[in-house]
Amino acid sequence: MRREPPQTLGDYAPLLFPAAMLTIFFVVPFGTMIAVSFFQRQQGGFYTPAFVFDNYARFLSAFFGGVLGFSLLLAITVAICCVVLALPFTYMLTRMGRKVQVVWLVALLSILSLSEVIIGFAWSTLFSRTAGITNILVALGIMSEAKALTPSFGAVLTGMVYQAFPYTVLVLFPALVRLDPTLTEAARTLGASPLKAFFTVVVPALRNTITATLIMVFIFALGSYLLPQLLGRPQHWTLSVLITDQAIYQSNMPFAAAMAVFLVLVTLGLVALTVIAGRKGEAA
Amino acid sequence: MTTIFRKAYFFLIGLFLALPLIVVAGVSVNAKQTLAFPPQGFSLSWYGEIFLNPEWRSALFASVTLALLSAAFAVAIALPLAWFLWRRIAPWANIFQLLGVAPFTLPPVITALGLLTFWATVGFYGQPWTAVVSHAIFFVTLPLVTLSLGFTSIDRSLVEAAATMGADERTIFRTIVLPLILPYIVSGYAFAFVLSLNEYIVAYMTVGFTMETLPIKIFNALRYGYTPTMASVTILFVTTAAVIFGLVARFGDLPKLLGAMSSDGK
Repeated sequence: MRREPPQTLGDYAPLLFPAAMLTIFFVVPFGTMIAVSFFQRQQGGFYTPAFVFDNYARFLSAFFGGVLGFSLLLAITVAICCVVLALPFTYMLTRMGRKVQVVWLVALLSILSLSEVIIGFAWSTLFSRTAGITNILVALGIMSEAKALTPSFGAVLTGMVYQAFPYTVLVLFPALVRLDPTLTEAARTLGASPLKAFFTVVVPALRNTITATLIMVFIFALGSYLLPQLLGRPQHWTLSVLITDQAIYQSNMPFAAAMAVFLVLVTLGLVALTVIAGRKGEAA
Repeated sequence: MTTIFRKAYFFLIGLFLALPLIVVAGVSVNAKQTLAFPPQGFSLSWYGEIFLNPEWRSALFASVTLALLSAAFAVAIALPLAWFLWRRIAPWANIFQLLGVAPFTLPPVITALGLLTFWATVGFYGQPWTAVVSHAIFFVTLPLVTLSLGFTSIDRSLVEAAATMGADERTIFRTIVLPLILPYIVSGYAFAFVLSLNEYIVAYMTVGFTMETLPIKIFNALRYGYTPTMASVTILFVTTAAVIFGLVARFGDLPKLLGAMSSDGK
């Protein structure tokens, strides 16, 4: 039975339920959020329908600019760290036996699925004074006494790299599996060391994949909303944290919605860049 | 030389990934309510606490119920959509594919806030069932992606043969398509289930004030200090995820599911 265009109205029937669900529970809420971002906030956590740009005007403050700048910088740093760590890892993983691959993939998926609450809790334990990593260093004689490593920027960064690393590997995995193994073989036959073959053949061949992965991990890291709260100080809060904070604790839904709309625009712009990077990759 | 480098690199990455979990596992067996590593004494009572303490037990029950129902709902949305896109040529219907993938691609706080404003506007804010619907929409991407992959792997000549022999659409679906697609339904369900179990922000923004799921419970408990039950719940969750993904890998083709097409190569 070949694919064919729908003949009768009845042929559309299977589409009805998914289309309705996605429209009612995704498109409509999305629209609601956009609408609320233009609403007027009332004292006491309520808001009334209006069409004002007040919520967007608040973006022009130095505080907001600082948070936005920090969020973007943090996400870029996480993306670079993850890709630098994950690229050689994934490359070597794809060249291993199937069984080893499956074990690593199961482990990576398990960590990827972990709640941010749990990752935050685990790292705050590891960075704590009483149960943390500094105790090991003290035992080894490297440090004189145990101390807490959190809250700090380093802790936020480590936690977010931990969260995004499995994601990075899984994004890189399909592209690296499909990479023609004869490329490196040729380089090796011509006398390149494995390291040189990796940097002069594999990395350039994957330039577009790397760009696309950087952007995807960047978006992923932008979404982190609990780790900056659990492992950092208030100055390490990101846009995602601020949105949650405004929506839940400050009860300022219109402002939270405006920030969310802004975050969507940033994300969509980046997705568009990924698609363009991907197109170029196919053409090359 | 290269093998040593590779082994060292994999060891370090493995250590980085495992270290927090090792410490949490150690902390979870402390005899007393202290945050200490290496553990002082040994006790499994904090694992018992998850099931015996009424607050943790009800959070566990809420999380499991939510995950079971929302994963089923997500599959119910994804299956007809993926089937339609495979069976029919209707380019404009791809928009729904895009809508299905969008909630997962965007930062989660956006989907969460959208659903919060929506439920508040329609007046169902805080009802437990809204969390089920919200999670189903948030995670519909997972069964949608696995099912789309599953449908592309079906040999169309099988379906054609059945049609030539006089089977109607319904019979074909029941006797050919469904058995072939079943592993993908199961893995899509498994992915959605595990992620729903761990999800915090969407659950928090939709039902956070009326119901406590386990991640919400851990977060709330964290704000008031430390209890070793958090550590035992963490280990329980990691183990659950590893077992479920291990089963998916055992009965399915995990490298292929994750996008590696040349799965028969090795």
